[in-house]
Amino acid sequence: MTLYLLSIHQPQGDLPPESEFLAGVMRQLGELRDELTATGSWVFGQGLHGPESATVLRPRDGEVLVTDGPFVEGKEHLGGITIIDVPDLDVALDWGRRYALATTLPIEVRPFQGGASD
Amino acid sequence: MEDVEAAFRAEYGRAVAVLVRLLGDIDLAEEAVQDAFTIALRRWPRTGPPPSPAGWIITTARNRAIDRLRREASRADRHAQAALLYAADPPVEEAPVRDDRLRLIFTCCHPALAPAARVALTLRLLGGLSTAEIARAFLVPEPTMAQRLVRAKSKIRDARIPYRVPRDADLPDRLHTVLAVLYLIFNEGYTASAGQRLVRAELCAEAVRLARLLVELMPDEPEALGLLALMLLTESRRDARTTGDGDLVPLPRQDRARWDAALVAEGQALVRRCLRRDQPGPYQIQAAIAAVHSAAPRAADTDWGQILQLYDHLLAVAPGPVVALNRAVALAEVAGPAVALAEVDRLDLDGYHVRHAVRADLLARLGRGGEAAEAYRTAAALTGNAAEQAFLTGRAAAVAPD
Repeated sequence: MTLYLLSIHQPQGDLPPESEFLAGVMRQLGELRDELTATGSWVFGQGLHGPESATVLRPRDGEVLVTDGPFVEGKEHLGGITIIDVPDLDVALDWGRRYALATTLPIEVRPFQGGASD
Repeated sequence: MEDVEAAFRAEYGRAVAVLVRLLGDIDLAEEAVQDAFTIALRRWPRTGPPPSPAGWIITTARNRAIDRLRREASRADRHAQAALLYAADPPVEEAPVRDDRLRLIFTCCHPALAPAARVALTLRLLGGLSTAEIARAFLVPEPTMAQRLVRAKSKIRDARIPYRVPRDADLPDRLHTVLAVLYLIFNEGYTASAGQRLVRAELCAEAVRLARLLVELMPDEPEALGLLALMLLTESRRDARTTGDGDLVPLPRQDRARWDAALVAEGQALVRRCLRRDQPGPYQIQAAIAAVHSAAPRAADTDWGQILQLYDHLLAVAPGPVVALNRAVALAEVAGPAVALAEVDRLDLDGYHVRHAVRADLLARLGRGGEAAEAYRTAAALTGNAAEQAFLTGRAAAVAPD
């Protein structure tokens, strides 16, 4: 088995979605989590607060500089992550596809180093 | 030496496919198979080739892999792999080899890999081509191709791209990428990108073999049939395509009696099967074009109108400058060289030698010998294939004004 990170990429500065639409997304994400749990593939998953809530720590000459804001200002930001434990990339991509359809957002699927747990 | 080279071409992909299954790692499999061929190079000139070169290579590669894993057993995972190899101790079987190669080709052609990497990997692992040969075939510098291969293999390993034939539900989509790769292998074999021999028959045979295997596995996929038909009809002209001295003979001047009648018949039968299904796709249309050529007893009998129609259809389903270039050749026969030349001049294909050769031919037919000779020389400079070079240089001299 291998650990994969599914990261959800959210466009920056869009209006917040309608609460009805959001409720539908949350319901589908809940169902996906239940299915992943039932197959023993669920490891962790959670949405993130917006990038404006982020704090960056930069090491410099042995000191650490604290600054407000995200590490990189971009057109997209990391909206949330899910970590799954599945046999191979095909299975990971199947789940990723379902996350993309449920959230209507791009999903990046990436393996963890040393993630093989068999 | 020749024995080893022949075995390398014939057995490299087979051996790598089996070793990838045994070892679960492409780099280890390649190293092991290359080790085995190095030993063969030392031993076979003295002892002669063994009765089953494929079996010898696979067994030797497997033993070398065990040795290598033992030496590097400080890494726990490799130690475990070595133990696994001992435990399994599988006899070298011929039967599952075909499936191993099919597995490997679906891994090489996985959609999570960049398209250029799929082609490169298949040629490297199944075709046994060197990185340099693949680089020349795709007009990129060798270090670029080497890096492409390394990155693709790392992704297969790190992302765990599976080593198997896809599930039925995914098979049609996955097949398309495989067909594209096989067609490129065939073309590389038909006009080798470099070297003295115009045709590397074994690469064509490899592409045809894999296409047959796909047709067998997916008899209901018309594009697989179409690709096989296209390959067979093209292959049927191989003998007629070169003179005894290895010089290139273009299609209109070929002695059609030298076309392989059995391959023509098989290819045409496949095209008819495709037509009955009526689900046309790019390979089936190209096969139909080849079948129209094959149906003409003499070049002058060619139904260019039908060929132009098929190219219009092809351009609609698979637009691209190379298709447009081929269409221009048919257009020249139907509407004259001036109209075709205007089309060719609009195409952005400056690095593609065939574009310059077609342009040269049209210029010559328009009586513009000086420009034609120059275009032939440009084409000759752009191809690495010696037979093509000789043909194009000869044409340049023939059309140049005194």
